[in-house]
Amino acid sequence: MSLLLPKSPTPFSASSIVTWLQRNLFSTWYNCLLTIASLWMIYLGGRGLFLWMFSQAQWTVLQANLRLFFVGRFPIDQIWRVWCIVLLLCAVASLTVGVIQRSRILLISVGALTAIGLGIVPLGGGQGPEMIWVTAMGGVSLLNLLLGPWLKTHLPQRLIVRGLPCIWFLTVFVVLWLLTGGLGLSTIGTNVWQGLLLTVLTAVVSIALSFPIGVLLALGRRSPLPVIRTLSVLYIEVIRGLPLIGVLFVAGVMLPLILPSQVQLDAVLRAVCGLTLFSAAYLAENVRGGLQSIPQGQIEAAKALGLNPVLVLGLVVLPQALRSVIPAIVGQFIGLFKNTSLLSIIGLVELTGISRSILSQPRFIGRHGEVYLFIGLLYWLFCYLMSLGSRRLERQLSVK
Amino acid sequence: MTETTPIIVATDVHKWYDAFHVLQGVDLTVDRQEVVVLMGPSGSGKSTFIRTLNALEDYQQGQIIIDGMELSHDLGNIEAIRREVGMVFQQFNLFPHLTVLQNITLAPIWVRRWPRAKAEEVAMQLLEQVDILEQAHKYPGQLSGGQQQRVAIARALAMQPKIMLFDEPTSALDPEMVKEVLVVMRSLAESGMTMVVVTHEVGFAREVAHRILLMDQGTVVEEATPEQFFQNPQEDRTKLFLSQIL
Ligand SMILES: Nc1ncnc2c1ncn2[C@@H]1O[C@H](COP(=O)(O)OP(=O)(O)OP(=O)(O)O)[C@@H](O)[C@H]1O
Ligand SMILES: [Mg+2]
Repeated sequence: MSLLLPKSPTPFSASSIVTWLQRNLFSTWYNCLLTIASLWMIYLGGRGLFLWMFSQAQWTVLQANLRLFFVGRFPIDQIWRVWCIVLLLCAVASLTVGVIQRSRILLISVGALTAIGLGIVPLGGGQGPEMIWVTAMGGVSLLNLLLGPWLKTHLPQRLIVRGLPCIWFLTVFVVLWLLTGGLGLSTIGTNVWQGLLLTVLTAVVSIALSFPIGVLLALGRRSPLPVIRTLSVLYIEVIRGLPLIGVLFVAGVMLPLILPSQVQLDAVLRAVCGLTLFSAAYLAENVRGGLQSIPQGQIEAAKALGLNPVLVLGLVVLPQALRSVIPAIVGQFIGLFKNTSLLSIIGLVELTGISRSILSQPRFIGRHGEVYLFIGLLYWLFCYLMSLGSRRLERQLSVK
Repeated sequence: MTETTPIIVATDVHKWYDAFHVLQGVDLTVDRQEVVVLMGPSGSGKSTFIRTLNALEDYQQGQIIIDGMELSHDLGNIEAIRREVGMVFQQFNLFPHLTVLQNITLAPIWVRRWPRAKAEEVAMQLLEQVDILEQAHKYPGQLSGGQQQRVAIARALAMQPKIMLFDEPTSALDPEMVKEVLVVMRSLAESGMTMVVVTHEVGFAREVAHRILLMDQGTVVEEATPEQFFQNPQEDRTKLFLSQIL
């Protein structure tokens, strides 16, 4: 094969497409065969799906239940709180992206996409208050995306580095406050947290909790103290030997039986505990891999400078170890996100759970295809975003 | 203590790796501003000994006193001593996730608690001193071996140590980079830094050292001035060693 590609092929000219086809798909007789066979299979599979999507499928099941999918039976008069949360997250996320993003081109294209989305959504037939919220979200995101680079050039770097985490930290509390109520807002029980809202909530909280626990377990497993080491190993090996559904059953069904009756753990809380404890064990093994990859010389150099053990760990070992296992850790988190679908088995009505209850309505019986395709897309979208984020993070932190 | 008391006093230091007796009673006294070079065949315990001086290795018997502080097992004491003793390694051991400037300012900021501005000012002066000012914002992986080792020296100096330990600082370098590191070490010696250097660089030992020690099988075999050591060695072991390296 020639390594010399034509210097600058005109992107879409007919001849360059033919060359590309020849080179990549029809270079030899067996490549021709493979190409034709693959095309045939894609055609067979695609045709069935296509026909189903446009002739048999009845998409009204999605339209009619859109709110159920997203927020379940969250009280309608309090829905504005969910909108507030989404708006807030849009604002903070876009500000973060705006500040962190180095390349102007990406910023401008994301901004343009937001603007186009803003234009399209109203055309798509939404009306009433939803439209106002969506417009506000797009507007705030766009504004922050543009504000980010300006802030970066006009504020001291230190302020930004400290400020962003603070803003995120505050956001968490505001979100929790909006969700649960109190302080002037009417209280909302966790039993009405449902749908995608519950899926995202349990996943985010479990991820946030299992990360530090996983790191501690990994450190414990390498601790010179035998008691700590043995306990860590024991925990990790026991949890890794159990199926998640078992852990969830223990947390969701057995725990209330075991605990004294005065102690009543909330069902969502129990589920989050189960997910967190499960995920932490796997995370610990990933982090341990990263710790093992740090050469002894790094630790010696840090000690020789007079750094105490905590600083050696926090400034030299962990930053390098975690960096090297970002892909594995994010993979773990993506798995955790999808595993939230098991919560429907222990009685939580998250995205999968609400789908099952929608499908059991007499009106929508038999609409499995439509519903599962839709929630499948939603799961995929979130996982793909995480994966994108991980690649970004990796590039940003890559050791030069 | 007065300026005339020795800054390092190691007496009868023994160390075992399980049954293997690595250090078999090493004695070393170093005066302030003195440059001592340790030589000896591979496996004679040079690295092990120099690393006991800042407690990277422990020892089972004997006594080490650094600048009036006796080295004990107490972590606080060990950290106090490490603050006064800088070390340069054969493999540089720079922190790859930090820039050159961050490598140098890390310890002053976190251990000495200097404000960042002061730490960076000192770091820039040191980088000028080791002649790589323009690399301050690069990462270690972007530098040549010689440049990395000079950064490592600057990093150790940033803590303003009273003693500098070097364990074969030029052994991992290509020949053309050895010189630039030796130039820095030489000027450091001329500025009056107390230095203990493990090296096979005969030129450096001959011209810069005040005293040379030959180690073999965990003991100090001979201790002499450079002229005596190279021209008129007393011990057969030294003669054999010199015949192998010269
Ligand atoms: N962690 C260890 N466990 C067991 N033996 C060790 C260990 N580290 C070093 N040794 C042994 O101790 C002896 C002295 O090692 P040391 O590294 O001090 O030698 P050296 O004089 O620095 O040699 P070189 O010139 O090769 O660096 C060697 O025989 C080595 O095999
Ligand atoms: Mg050695």
